[in-house]
Amino acid sequence: MPSGALSAVVRCLHSSAWLLACACLLLPVHQAGAAQIRIDAPGGPAAVAEAIARAAPGDEILVPPRIFHEHDLLIDKPLTLTGSPGATIDGDNEGAILTIRADGVTVRGLTLRNVGVSYTKEHAAILLHRARHFRIENNRLENVFFGVHVEKSHHGLIADNDISSQAREEAYAGNGIHMWHCSNIEVRGNTLSGLRDGIYLEFVDDSLIHGNRSHDNLRYGLHFMFSNRDTYQHNEFTRNGAGVAVMFSRDLRMIENRFTHNWGSASYGLLLKEIYDAEVTGNRFEQNTIGINIDSATRIRYIGNVFHRNGWAVKVLGATYSNTFTENDFLANAFDLAYAGHLNDNRFSGNYWSAYSGYDLDRDGIGDVPFRPVKLFAYVVNRTPEALVLLRSLFIDLLNFSEKVSPVFTPDNLVDPQPRMRPLHD
Amino acid sequence: MILKVLKYSFHDLNRSRWSAVYLLFYLALGSGLLFLNNDLSRAVVTLLNVVIVLTPLIGTVLGITWFNNASEFTELLLAQPIRRTTIILGQYLGLSLALSFSLVVGLGLPFLAYGLIRSTAIFEFLLLLGVGVLLSFIFVGLAFAIALTHENRVKGFGYAILAWLFFAVLYDGLFLIALVSFSEYPLERFALIATFGNPIDLSRILILLKLDISALMGYTGAVFARFFGTPLGMTLSLTALLAWCALPLLHITWKLRRKDF
Amino acid sequence: MIEIEKLQKRFGRLEVLKSLDLSIPRGGIHAVLGPNGSGKTTLIKSILGMVVPDAGSIRIAGEPVVGEWKYRDNISYLPQIAHFPANLTVRELIRMIRDLRARPARDEALIRHFRIEPFLDKRLGHLSGGTRQKVNLVLAFMFEADLVLLDEPTSGLDPVSIVRLRELLAREREAGRTIIVTTHIMSLAEEIADEVIFVLEGRIHFQGTLTEIRNRTGQATLETAIAAILSEHQPSA
Repeated sequence: MPSGALSAVVRCLHSSAWLLACACLLLPVHQAGAAQIRIDAPGGPAAVAEAIARAAPGDEILVPPRIFHEHDLLIDKPLTLTGSPGATIDGDNEGAILTIRADGVTVRGLTLRNVGVSYTKEHAAILLHRARHFRIENNRLENVFFGVHVEKSHHGLIADNDISSQAREEAYAGNGIHMWHCSNIEVRGNTLSGLRDGIYLEFVDDSLIHGNRSHDNLRYGLHFMFSNRDTYQHNEFTRNGAGVAVMFSRDLRMIENRFTHNWGSASYGLLLKEIYDAEVTGNRFEQNTIGINIDSATRIRYIGNVFHRNGWAVKVLGATYSNTFTENDFLANAFDLAYAGHLNDNRFSGNYWSAYSGYDLDRDGIGDVPFRPVKLFAYVVNRTPEALVLLRSLFIDLLNFSEKVSPVFTPDNLVDPQPRMRPLHD
Repeated sequence: MILKVLKYSFHDLNRSRWSAVYLLFYLALGSGLLFLNNDLSRAVVTLLNVVIVLTPLIGTVLGITWFNNASEFTELLLAQPIRRTTIILGQYLGLSLALSFSLVVGLGLPFLAYGLIRSTAIFEFLLLLGVGVLLSFIFVGLAFAIALTHENRVKGFGYAILAWLFFAVLYDGLFLIALVSFSEYPLERFALIATFGNPIDLSRILILLKLDISALMGYTGAVFARFFGTPLGMTLSLTALLAWCALPLLHITWKLRRKDF
Repeated sequence: MIEIEKLQKRFGRLEVLKSLDLSIPRGGIHAVLGPNGSGKTTLIKSILGMVVPDAGSIRIAGEPVVGEWKYRDNISYLPQIAHFPANLTVRELIRMIRDLRARPARDEALIRHFRIEPFLDKRLGHLSGGTRQKVNLVLAFMFEADLVLLDEPTSGLDPVSIVRLRELLAREREAGRTIIVTTHIMSLAEEIADEVIFVLEGRIHFQGTLTEIRNRTGQATLETAIAAILSEHQPSA
């Protein structure tokens, strides 16, 4: 069976799994006999721990707008924890706040703050362990170590949360949403800042990350490790140590995200490391030191992306096989493409390159002479990074020009044979 | 007295076609770039290449040509009760200011008309103009120094063009060869110092760090950005450019003490 | 007025002034004579400060002048070949020099004297050699300086203008100025000079009145007297 047909089947299975997940999520909340427990109501519990202890499976606990100083709370039965605006649980930096070890738990509208930092334990504002069908919605997690920590859990939703911290050093910082051995999780509309990684996935399959804003995090806005068949879409990654790192994963779809202002020494918008069969479509890479940093990636399709004012739009290191770049716009990057190592059957076709200076006599919108995206200077800089100080000097222009007229160093097969005359996007 | 000499030099220049042609050239360049690019900050990037190559070239060529053409004027002034250095420095200032005027007005007008004031690129643009003005002064000075040293006009012209070629192209070639051949050693400090050895490189780096800093930030760039990004680095590099202005002038005043006319 | 001691100047391998000593008293017209390349112009330019001597001293009115510039306020100079900025008009040139010197000037009278009114608004680059020389003369005489250095003032002049120049020189002498003239027109020197200074190969070979030079050489005219001195020193030429 050809690989294209196979992946279509996989995608089909993938989306039906989603429907199933959503249907299951709704079930536990509407169980018959569910009661509401109001904290601070006459005769009611005075603390969250007490309320949880009193609640029967399927009950909803209403948390009033005041500050509770509690930590290490354990939910071990299906419950809904609903906070009124201003309802706050302050962990007083004493370890974790809320641990969930049951299916069908919903936590919404709460503010959780001051999670204790530990070098041995991964304290979180909300820890989910072996939980299914959970919903974590509209919460505000402040000054956390880890924000939402999800272990061995499946079919859950983490939506519209605002997770922040003031991390200064990677070693003392945790991740905003941290998932480990999970599947079918939807992460949607969250804002993450001041953490180590905004969102971290390790062994997480068949999940959807969309509409999140991850900014000003120490390491990555979004980080995949050993995760397959996931999609991330419509996210914004700004001013992180680096935008998104995707490592040791396959069958990922990266669609219509924005990677902006990820700069600094060795910083980049997107890192692909040991990746197979992925799709990078309709993304915008703007003012990153490196737009996409590719370190060993196989069968990746890059379609309709915009690379605007990056240092390097695309930088390729090491073994990279069968990558295709089509219909992308390369606008005003210092380097459009840099290659270290050998070329392995990568194809460029029908892209727009603002550095292209060819002509279009037959007026079909495609330049009549091929474009060579790798400049000689890019090779020199690969070998001797310090040579960058000569960027945009007349000597370098002359060097590149002479190489363009009679190529000696740049390989013959690395060309876009059909460069467009006009950009595809604005 | 120097102001009087300056006034007459400036006057003489304005009467010759040179400065008018130069002004028109910059007007056309500025308007053309904006018309084609439609984007102020990108036009500034393109202008960078033009300014750092062209202002030194024009400064050199006009410097040497005009110094030779003004020899009558110089001779006339030498018989007057005016100090020699006053005469030559007055002419130097006259030409440098005329060129700077053409540059600033020629590029400034189209950019102003295009809404520069409201643009985010205004700081970069002003830096570019400032650097262009300094480069004009430096290379007019170099041309004068060369003209004073070489009695033979053709030789003098040749040496002046060589000087420009050296700073605009050859220096960077040698720089690159040095970087590539010693690439196993840490080179940041060397690169930083070598940058100061060439006013064109120094100007380019100053503007580049404001323009596509992201590309440079990568590796070596961090060192550069840390240096040029600080007020101390900025002050040092502007001081270095001023020192580059002063260097040919020192040579000129030293030469003038023994020069026969 | 001028005291020159051991003045030396060489241009490359060519030794132009060889330890030249010269003393010129205040007042009168002093004609500096000598063949081409004898060092006349270099001497004049050294006095003016355009040429920097290798050794020796020059004093004017008792003050050393090498490397100085203020003393030129009291000197007028007429260069051998009049180079002017070609873009300027005659009027602008005169105005400019007046502006630079900031001294009372009598340019009006001189313009009339040399009849150059019709050329005032012409560019200097468009003038004939003779007219340019007249402009040159106006510039040299308009400030009434105590010391006037004239390098070949008659070159390019028509006979009428030479007559006017002679009249002017006579008047200037009456006014008590010290005038140093280089020329190779002997008749002019003979007619106007109070003193003759003969320069040859960078040295002064004779200094004295016309009578003295005639008596010394036993010749009747200046021309033959000079020729006699020349043949004394270049017997084999």
